[in-house]
Amino acid sequence: MRRLPVNSPAPNQSARHLAGASVAHDSAWKHVSGQARYIDDMPEPEGLLHAAVGHSAQAHARILSMDLEAVRSAPGVVAVVTADDVPGHIDIGPVFPGDSVLASGLVEHVGQPIFAVAATSHEAARKAARLARVEYEPLPARITIEQALAAQLFVRPSKTHLRGDPDAVLGQSEYRLQGSHHIGGQEHFYLEGQACLVEPTEDQGAFVHTSSQHPSEVQKLVAEVLGLPIHEVQAEVRRMGGGFGGKETQAAPLACVAALLVRATGRPVKYRLARADDMIQTGKRHDFLNQWDVSFNAAGEITAADISVSGRCGHSPDLSDAIVDRAMFHVDNAYFLPAARVTGHRCKTHTVSNTAFRGFGGPQGMMVSEQVMEDIARQLGKDPLDIRKANLYRPGRDTTQYGQTIEQHILPDLIEQLEKTSDYRQRRQAIRRFNAGSPVLKKGLALTPVKFGISFTAKHLNQAGALVHIYTDGSIHVNHGGTEMGQGLYIKVAQVVATAFQVDLSRVKVSATRTDKVPNTSPTAASSGSDLNGMAALDACEKILSGLVAFGAEHWKVPAEDIHFADNQVHLGDTAVDFADFVQAAYMHRVSLSSSGFYATPRIHFDHERGQGHPFLYYANGAACSEVIVDTLTGEYRVLRTDILHDVGRSLNPEIDRGQIEGGFIQGMGWLTMEELVYSDQGQLMTTGPATYKIPAVSDTPPDFRVDLLADSPNREATVFHSKAVGEPPLMLGISVWCALRDAAASITDYRYSPPLNAPATPEEVLRAVTASELWLASAMEVADE
Amino acid sequence: MISFYLNGQPYHLDNLDPNLSILNWLRTNMRLTGTKEGCASGDCGACTVAIGSPHPDGTLHYTTTNSCISLIGSLHGKHLITVDALQQQPPHPVQSAMIEEHGAQCGFCTPGFIMSLFALHQNQQGQPASEKDLLETLSGNLCRCTGYRPILDAGRKAMVETWTPGAADPKTQESAHPLQAPDMAGKLTALANQPASIEADSGAWYQVPTDLNALRDLRRQWPESRLIAGSTDLALDITQQLKTLPQLISVERIPELLAIEDSADSLTIGAAATYESFRPALSRLWPAFDPMLSRLGSRQIRYRGTLGGNIGNASPIADMPPPLIALGATLLLDGPEGERSLPLEEFFLDYKVTDLQPGEFIRSVSLLRPGPNEHLFIYKVSKRLDDDISAVLGAFWLRLEQGAVTRCRLAWGGMAATPVRSPAAEQALTGKPWNEATIKTAGAALAGDFKPMSDARASADYRRQVAANLLRRAWLSTQTPAQPVTVTDYA
Ligand SMILES: Cc1cc2nc3c(=O)[nH]c(=O)nc-3n(C[C@H](O)[C@H](O)[C@H](O)COP(=O)(O)OP(=O)(O)OC[C@H]3O[C@@H](n4cnc5c(N)ncnc54)[C@H](O)[C@@H]3O)c2cc1C
Ligand code: FES
Ligand code: FES
Repeated sequence: MRRLPVNSPAPNQSARHLAGASVAHDSAWKHVSGQARYIDDMPEPEGLLHAAVGHSAQAHARILSMDLEAVRSAPGVVAVVTADDVPGHIDIGPVFPGDSVLASGLVEHVGQPIFAVAATSHEAARKAARLARVEYEPLPARITIEQALAAQLFVRPSKTHLRGDPDAVLGQSEYRLQGSHHIGGQEHFYLEGQACLVEPTEDQGAFVHTSSQHPSEVQKLVAEVLGLPIHEVQAEVRRMGGGFGGKETQAAPLACVAALLVRATGRPVKYRLARADDMIQTGKRHDFLNQWDVSFNAAGEITAADISVSGRCGHSPDLSDAIVDRAMFHVDNAYFLPAARVTGHRCKTHTVSNTAFRGFGGPQGMMVSEQVMEDIARQLGKDPLDIRKANLYRPGRDTTQYGQTIEQHILPDLIEQLEKTSDYRQRRQAIRRFNAGSPVLKKGLALTPVKFGISFTAKHLNQAGALVHIYTDGSIHVNHGGTEMGQGLYIKVAQVVATAFQVDLSRVKVSATRTDKVPNTSPTAASSGSDLNGMAALDACEKILSGLVAFGAEHWKVPAEDIHFADNQVHLGDTAVDFADFVQAAYMHRVSLSSSGFYATPRIHFDHERGQGHPFLYYANGAACSEVIVDTLTGEYRVLRTDILHDVGRSLNPEIDRGQIEGGFIQGMGWLTMEELVYSDQGQLMTTGPATYKIPAVSDTPPDFRVDLLADSPNREATVFHSKAVGEPPLMLGISVWCALRDAAASITDYRYSPPLNAPATPEEVLRAVTASELWLASAMEVADE
Repeated sequence: MISFYLNGQPYHLDNLDPNLSILNWLRTNMRLTGTKEGCASGDCGACTVAIGSPHPDGTLHYTTTNSCISLIGSLHGKHLITVDALQQQPPHPVQSAMIEEHGAQCGFCTPGFIMSLFALHQNQQGQPASEKDLLETLSGNLCRCTGYRPILDAGRKAMVETWTPGAADPKTQESAHPLQAPDMAGKLTALANQPASIEADSGAWYQVPTDLNALRDLRRQWPESRLIAGSTDLALDITQQLKTLPQLISVERIPELLAIEDSADSLTIGAAATYESFRPALSRLWPAFDPMLSRLGSRQIRYRGTLGGNIGNASPIADMPPPLIALGATLLLDGPEGERSLPLEEFFLDYKVTDLQPGEFIRSVSLLRPGPNEHLFIYKVSKRLDDDISAVLGAFWLRLEQGAVTRCRLAWGGMAATPVRSPAAEQALTGKPWNEATIKTAGAALAGDFKPMSDARASADYRRQVAANLLRRAWLSTQTPAQPVTVTDYA
């Protein structure tokens, strides 16, 4: 017979650290003591080999010959594989075809893997991979968005959303402005580079430890490449050292390459990318060329807009179809466009295939309306904040250009509140005074909102699964389909589960995400992690609870309505039983203590043909007010103060949410300011490491940084405990910095002129805007003199 | 053989690849994986470890280093402390504060931050650190998740907490905590005075001579060898270019190369003096150096990088040569043919080509004390404030008498294939009144002085425009009432 554990009953006090508590990340102690294991830290299996790939040196070329002799005979090399050695699928495009696991014949970007090496050490593999002699016949390469547009080269068909007759309105309008800007891409720069460790299993299968936001896709693609049914491959993700979208589709190719080398050698293979290789070989945020033609009335309200957004997708579709969709869905940001045409182009270039990055095209789309708001303000001589407020969605002006009605109007009040708490108006005056007395240094200020649609726009991805077990000591084990990349998903789901059973959080453990625990999962992306997986876990808990309640009712002879889980106990009418004892009793009476759970987001639909529908369950909202100081001699600048008010609904964990907001803001600021990806005319990335690609460092954090969560704002939708998604939306709060920089440059002309400013607004780009403003002023003075 | 301590335990290593980084030794040879690799180029700080060295006052002083670009040989006579030493209870105050402030999200950067803050905490001895010191301490640690606010709060909070490493084991009386090993400073001093070396089976070696003659002999004997100082440049050849450097001679232990001599009329800085070690003396002499040095590399880089390495590397974007050229500094070179001195300006011949002869090395750099009416301006312009290479660096030495420029030297980084002066602009200034018109003429004259390049850091046009504007900035900064003219002055 089995001996059950002796329980030390928990004191019957309110369960600690339930949903809503600011509990530390579940790995916090492991993080600070270096004991949290990432892929490269795992104990190395016997016979481990290390992988590296040789990659294309040309942007677009035919491979005439590939001499791998020197690679094969290099010290430590055990195997070399090419596309010819792939037993199954060669194409591993995640949604549409177009990505080869190893290219052969034709290469379409610098950095495209063409062969792979397994060697006895990481260094040996990397050194060997550089020894190949490859002969190319160069083909014409298109590197820029303009080149692709001119050649009408697209990875997917262009799309249009149309409402009303914008052309007619534009033609008749008294006030009209046209413009365009470039919005740069962004390297994810997750601190942990891409990595995986693949071990051979019985029946030629593979077990994949991967640093991926999408283990199910890793599993499927590895199976396809090896020519196996999916059940022969399993993937596990304990944690990532950052993802940000960069490990949604980009992790799978590594696992596929490693799996090919496992097949070739029969030995386990670890494949991690050195930083430069990671930056050259993996996709980034899309850069965009946005163009617009907008009309407005004397009050500054937009009356019509014709907008096109063109994303540089790189050589293959990857996720670009949906990314440009999301850019199109967000060109309005928070503003009502009564008549609109929105066109989205998915430009094919001979560069690395760009991919998901926090915001997924939304931020690039939003930049259009944020620039337009300022330009209207300058033209009408008004404060940009007043123009923003005039254009906000509000009752009566509440449908988007793609037909979704805004049901909860958070932003008007939220902005009002932030305007007060940030002293926007007083500071605007103070800045005018400062600038008047400061010839070199100029301050700028901007308050910008964010409205971001929550749900995957690919409807089928809006589903999740979970698996909850209770053990006979009352401890609870949870798996769900979401992955942990630092965002605190595991702790949030654990809090949800603890809340469901009303037990201390310390009873609940969430362990590594595995494809054999929860199958067919969606990527942890689109800010959906806790919305989807929290609900799936809750569903599993509810199923277990209903069995437990039925058992309690029968065993203790009390009506089901009188059974409550509270204070680490189960209350059965007048009796209270310790949770663990109750669970043991249930076990002894053969009641299931385990269940899977499932969730599918309700209410969402979209007709891609008509460009109309309700693609989002709800919107997340926030606003930021940033003040900057700019040196008009060099374009150098600093952010002096940022105030943020953000709506996370009823927060599952306020400090974790605050961390997402602050981190997202800084990342968005980095994208729009110092993070510059530079390509040569030949399509070679020139910024291949942190020495030349600068992400924000510690001094870039505003010295005065005030972040608040919007109070009393439960989500009206039935999300998990009425919380709201928080992963992506705060990134776009960084737009306030870009606008403030532009505001500082415009101050030179007494805000009469809106200088061009592309992103990233590096010091060089800011100096260009300053110079343009100075030139404008000089010519305006000349005109005045005449 | 080299000898050092890792987390309180002695190690004696010999047969090892001399190109092995501390990080790879920890992670691959020792399988101590708490220390992370984020870039292997010294830029991200994920690999930060603390290094304890004996101080003349008998205590241990702590610095930090990027273990990814520090070679194993540099550990001789040091106490290497990694995050693995901080896995016992009670947690270090820096660890507790990081947990309480939610300073880790994905956690990958965290061990590096912990070690940077740990070293600061050791050196602060319970005193709060200034904001400036805290920011400089973390200037070489990148975090992509948090946005830094919680880490800064954790740093502020932890500094004033005291910490006693886990108490001694009552049974054995032996110190249970790796950081409690008794008389570490004494043990290290004894080790550090011994010359040391490592040699691999391949014949590759790393020598650590401890006196000048030994260095000269080694250089004479092995003219093809490479000098290695802080390796903050050199190691990139290994980690980024995947090169092998088979013969390395460390200059880190030669007293003459470490000395900083402040005499009545001049300051002499040994070539192997690190930025952090010469910064106080140099900034006392010419305060304009301090803000620039606070932005040269990161704290980790400044703890390791040396003046000799910065000059010897002959990069056109090195930050020290322009101001030193502007000041008319001289080099003392030493080698098989004896000593010679050379104006620093004449040392740089072409892109990465110098006047250094086979077997020679830089011993020191000397500059005169400031005379009356002399002014020095140093302006570093880069995309990012912390830890970034200059797009343009302008350094201007001027003698201003009765409102006119009587002498000047203008020197520049990032404008040409070497650090350069701008004779046309100097001529436009010399003998002219120090006013706006003169500045305009001098700025225009710069156009004839150089043809800068466009690269990933800036375009040629930007470099030209900024160079002229920096002259203007210098002029503006001497006007009264004083206006802040840089964004760093302002905040
Ligand atoms: C992340 C990072 C940031 C950096 N930021 C900056 C920056 O902001 N500004 C800047 O100027 N530099 C920067 N550098 C470059 C580098 O740190 C400096 O140039 C540093 O001073 C080099 O010194 P070192 O002691 O590390 O030299 P090492 O790397 O040891 O040597 C560099 C070269 O000098 C030679 N050398 C060393 N000592 C002597 C000697 N005594 N005589 C003759 N030759 C010698 C070596 O043989 C080698 O060729 C940065 C580097 C990194 C990795
Ligand atoms: S790994 Fe990035 S600095 Fe060492
Ligand atoms: S916590 Fe992820 S990089 Fe700092």
